[in-house]
Amino acid sequence: MALRDITLGQYFPGNTVVHRLDPRTKLLLTVIYIVALFLCQHLLSYGVMLVTLIACILASKVGFKSILRGMKPVLVVVLITAVLNLLYTSGEGEPLVSFWIVRIYSEGLWAAGFMVLRIAMLITGTFLLTYTTSPILLTDGLEMLLSPLKKLHAPIHELAMMMSIALRFIPTLIEETDKIMSAQKARGADFESGSLLRRARALVPLLVPLFISAFRRADELAVAMECRCYHGGEGRTRMRQLRYAPRDFIALTGGVVIAVGVGVLGHFGL
Amino acid sequence: MEAIIETKKLSHIYSAGTPFEHGALIDVDFTAYRGEYLGIIGHTGSGKSTLIQHLNALLKPTSGQVLLEGRDIWSDPKTTRETRFRVGLVFQYPEYQLFEETVYKDIAFGPKNMGCDEKEVDRRVREAAAFVGLRDEQLSLSPFELSGGQKRRVAIAGVIAMEPSVLILDEPTAGLDPVGVEDILGNIRDYHNAKNATILIVSHSMEEVARTVDRLVVVNDGRIPFEGSPREVFAHGDELTAMGLGVPTVTRVFHRLRELGADVDPSVYTIEQAKAAFLEALKRKGAV
Repeated sequence: MALRDITLGQYFPGNTVVHRLDPRTKLLLTVIYIVALFLCQHLLSYGVMLVTLIACILASKVGFKSILRGMKPVLVVVLITAVLNLLYTSGEGEPLVSFWIVRIYSEGLWAAGFMVLRIAMLITGTFLLTYTTSPILLTDGLEMLLSPLKKLHAPIHELAMMMSIALRFIPTLIEETDKIMSAQKARGADFESGSLLRRARALVPLLVPLFISAFRRADELAVAMECRCYHGGEGRTRMRQLRYAPRDFIALTGGVVIAVGVGVLGHFGL
Repeated sequence: MEAIIETKKLSHIYSAGTPFEHGALIDVDFTAYRGEYLGIIGHTGSGKSTLIQHLNALLKPTSGQVLLEGRDIWSDPKTTRETRFRVGLVFQYPEYQLFEETVYKDIAFGPKNMGCDEKEVDRRVREAAAFVGLRDEQLSLSPFELSGGQKRRVAIAGVIAMEPSVLILDEPTAGLDPVGVEDILGNIRDYHNAKNATILIVSHSMEEVARTVDRLVVVNDGRIPFEGSPREVFAHGDELTAMGLGVPTVTRVFHRLRELGADVDPSVYTIEQAKAAFLEALKRKGAV
């Protein structure tokens, strides 16, 4: 049942400070965090970011184990990036390793290391957001943050609604995939062996029913929403109102200060 | 009677080692005999679906054994794959797994996976289609043009075409109208009679199961509290009700009649038996 172990974007319920922060604050902080991460240049600035990240993880009580488990799917991407950086960064001094067409410079070593660190921290930071914020709060927060764009006739409410529906249906579709897979296996379908082409072809009996059921569900949902007079965001009120608390301002101020600090450090190449 | 499929101390634990861990089956000893028509009943989440998925090697036991004709189905990969063909499993709402362009091709999916040659595939497809009452001209239609009941028949034919010696059906009549229910149950009965196949039918409808099966197995909380003929099982009326299962309406009426002091046999479960029991009671009173 490997399918059930996917944790990408899964919410871990809890009641820590990190959980209680307003989703808008967390979204803004995540953006600031990502920007700061790209301003990092060397050991000192990365160090500051790493300490901040670890402090946030500790405060959220999510546990390093679950975070590491979430990293698994992107491991290949990280490794490829590291190898490419290692091989394609040229330096000024003598190469550390040199055979055939491979030349590895110390600059490449640093670049690869920092790139891995940067991607890992990028993913961990954004995971922390989805681990500590329920999908509903997350889309509510996103919708409110982006609501000024409504003046420009951008369909923000509709986008947010689509996102919550998509998030809501991920577990359902995983379950469905599991079911169809079992049913086809019972008819002798083989998803695990054979050449790449054979395996791709073996997916047809899985994908066709899955698509059909997804469309059926979409249709049913649309009917159900229409029956309840859903007509978009105009004049729609919400059950849960988002309100900023003092802790949100403290967190935001802290985030901005750290980001500016890292920016300054980065500017001096530290 | 000779056992065809058995489980020995079968346990299955979901999400072992995490906070979500729970045992879906606990030390289950289950036996199905060759050629019998067996009903498995249990409410949602009782473990009945987990149990049947073990019988054709879709799920691997956490502990314990599943034996097909005395051989452990997990002893080697070849046996495991063979088990999938020898034990046919029709899932709930099987019409959602149809995918081919034509009904014919969809029914042929199983036999083709078994490695049958074209002639053999053709024979099996036509025979399976006949069992479920599909007409020849329907074989060239797209399965998505058919009605819900017909789709269900195509899906069942897809499993029957593998000619399994054990056919397991999970709620085969769910969501069908009364005529559709009768048709499907008749088709299954035909297959049972023609091939002397063992049939396991999973249901929560007591009426339906009581009418069709020779023997009943009750699954509750990952265990098998009762098994036996419908008469024996329905004698545990109160316990069944406590499990959220209930007994056929006729049985309930007779239990109540007995409570009211009437001298009738409380173990009846079909209308015919009820009629006979009434007549007998009246005869005893000398009214007829």
